[in-house]
Amino acid sequence: MPNNTLDKAIKGKTVTIVNLPSGNIRSQLIRLGLTEGGTIKCIERLPGGTIVIQKNRQEIAVGFDLAKKIKVILQ
Amino acid sequence: MKSDNIINYDKINHVLVDDSIEVIARKEKVVLVGNPNVGKSCIFNYMSGMYVDVSNFPGTTISITKSSYHNKELYDTPGIYGVSSFNDEERVAKEIILDSEIIINVVNALHLERDLFLTLQLIDMGKKVSVLLNFADEIKKRKIKIDTKQLADLLGVEVIETAAINKMGFDKLKFAIDNARVGNQQLDLHFMLQNLMDKSISQSESLLILEGDEETAKKYEIPNGTPDDREKIYIGRRNRVNEIVDQIEYEDSKKGEIFNRIGRLSLNPKTGLPILAFILILVYFFIGDLVSQQIVDFTENTLGKGLFEYNVKSFVADFTPATINVSIYDEQENLIDLKTFNFPEGKNSYTNLSNEFSSYSAQPGASSDFHYTNPLARLFFGEFGVITMTITYLLFLLFPLVIGFYFVMAMLEDSGYLPRLATMLDRTFNKVGLNGRAVIPIMLGFGCITMANITTRLLGSEREKSIVTAILQFVIPCSAQLAVITVLLSGAGLKPLLVFIFVIASVLITLSTVLNKLLPGESTPLLLDLPIMGIPKINNVLKKTYYRSLGFMKEAGFWFFVGAFAIGIFEITGILTIWQDILAPLTTTWLKLPKEAANAFVMGMVRRDFGAAGLFHLSLTSMQITVAIITITLFVPCIASFVVMIKERGIKEGLIVWFGTWITAFFIGGLVAQIVI
Repeated sequence: MPNNTLDKAIKGKTVTIVNLPSGNIRSQLIRLGLTEGGTIKCIERLPGGTIVIQKNRQEIAVGFDLAKKIKVILQ
Repeated sequence: MKSDNIINYDKINHVLVDDSIEVIARKEKVVLVGNPNVGKSCIFNYMSGMYVDVSNFPGTTISITKSSYHNKELYDTPGIYGVSSFNDEERVAKEIILDSEIIINVVNALHLERDLFLTLQLIDMGKKVSVLLNFADEIKKRKIKIDTKQLADLLGVEVIETAAINKMGFDKLKFAIDNARVGNQQLDLHFMLQNLMDKSISQSESLLILEGDEETAKKYEIPNGTPDDREKIYIGRRNRVNEIVDQIEYEDSKKGEIFNRIGRLSLNPKTGLPILAFILILVYFFIGDLVSQQIVDFTENTLGKGLFEYNVKSFVADFTPATINVSIYDEQENLIDLKTFNFPEGKNSYTNLSNEFSSYSAQPGASSDFHYTNPLARLFFGEFGVITMTITYLLFLLFPLVIGFYFVMAMLEDSGYLPRLATMLDRTFNKVGLNGRAVIPIMLGFGCITMANITTRLLGSEREKSIVTAILQFVIPCSAQLAVITVLLSGAGLKPLLVFIFVIASVLITLSTVLNKLLPGESTPLLLDLPIMGIPKINNVLKKTYYRSLGFMKEAGFWFFVGAFAIGIFEITGILTIWQDILAPLTTTWLKLPKEAANAFVMGMVRRDFGAAGLFHLSLTSMQITVAIITITLFVPCIASFVVMIKERGIKEGLIVWFGTWITAFFIGGLVAQIVI
């Protein structure tokens, strides 16, 4: 289970965020509603690895390179 | 615990001195602030009675729009997720927010968790705030309940429900401004700020410094907060947002709507590509068939050439020596009769012949060719006449096409489709060092390269901006140019179209791959918030189409006249022939085109589209058309985009791109000519 990242999320499943990458991108993620400890649902996995997640009604597209840096627990 | 942490400044009103108190004499500044896609510009339009470009994707309002409202200054700002300096939009918005007294925070009721983050930051800045809970109509449709009164209590400011569609709540906008007040702030955060505020720095700026804003800290020459400080504040604020939303929002049903489902389907290539293909086919039928064939045929030939040019030219021929060839065509475009009228002293001197000309040229299928001997008459009313040709091209050919194009763009923007397209294409763009966001400036480029050059600002890094700028100038044809290309290609069959697409796509792929390898630095990953899908509001689409088309014509019109005037002068003085002769080896042997095609390149430097328009006069084979439009497409950007490119990307990069297009255009065009002709 440990060391999973968001790019491995399964479509339709919920994940809990364990760790967000550092830097400016971290603040941007927090502002969009993604926090460590928060849960999000993966609603789409595109070929190549772009992930679309949903937090409440808000849908957010996360590129593969960013998804790889977001540590999560798969549920 | 929650309530312990927050103090209400209505009760302890002397604790904080708000910025606005010392500037009472000045006109108060009211600023509309909100996340992207919350409907700020719609509300601004209503309050100011002025039109602002409203878009459903981030990056379109980069500048500030100013107006006035009930003796106060009113400002619209770009959509932002928070006040800081992460990008140009935020920097622009930050300045005006710091400088204002009253903030009207527009919130999308469907996205409270996202939007309230900014609301709380604005309140923490100690500004006077009122909140507009926009899209109140959508909440009811979706069976969500929001306890507005409790939200107002928790925030400590007025919360007013609004809906742009039926102007619900718009009558309370003045109330919102008059009753804006300092809201409930986080107590521990306030203690952290006190230290800075003791140095007589305003509360707003203190907060920004603590949140690590270097620009503000530099102003006071004190160190800014560390990333850890910022994160601590951000996480605290995020948790407060989540607590507030938990308390005030109830969901009755979780059922998605049909548009949401279409939105989902358009993300995955399996379903998204057919959706894209479907949209492109619709666009083709609309622009390629209805507008560029049927409508333009009527406006250009019947109105432009038949009515406008014929009457103007015939009027000029009344007074000046003219030779007129009248050809009569049947319905299959076959020449059935031809007559030449000669008026060495102007038509007015020959009553009988003039009447004969009038009745002969009034037959159905008649087309009149006027030749003047007077150079001035030729300059203004001849074949390339500054007045005749320019007005026909501008008003009767380009204008309908540009309107059609901007209409389609506006529909796509307002439906919320573009961010989904960006998501679907993200991985493809990754291969050339871009992320899906790049689809926005590139799509806009099909409208107007000049405009698209400005939107490259929304890209995350310098290298991405450079790559997209180059792609725009080298390969993307703008709407005016596309219009002319469509008309030229529509008569030529399928093969030229396929060759054209293949060549342009190959150049695109090669160019972006090479740039990705050469340019230093790293590209940013995609992080894009997807707005709700829906049917665009027709009113907004029409307004947007109207203003953009008008703006385009204003900008293009001037250069079109300049170009036509230059060509006219060149023609009369013989410079055009010299230019043709200089380029002749290149044009005739290498590109295998008639030497007059060189005119198109002179014109193309002023505006790309009349480069292509210059090809109308030549009789070309379908493969020559292909070579000509490939060369013109790859050729230099128009003067306006060249200037904007230099402003955005610097003189060095601008010149490299400009000369690069010369080389590429002639090299690739010639290569194709050698193979296909």
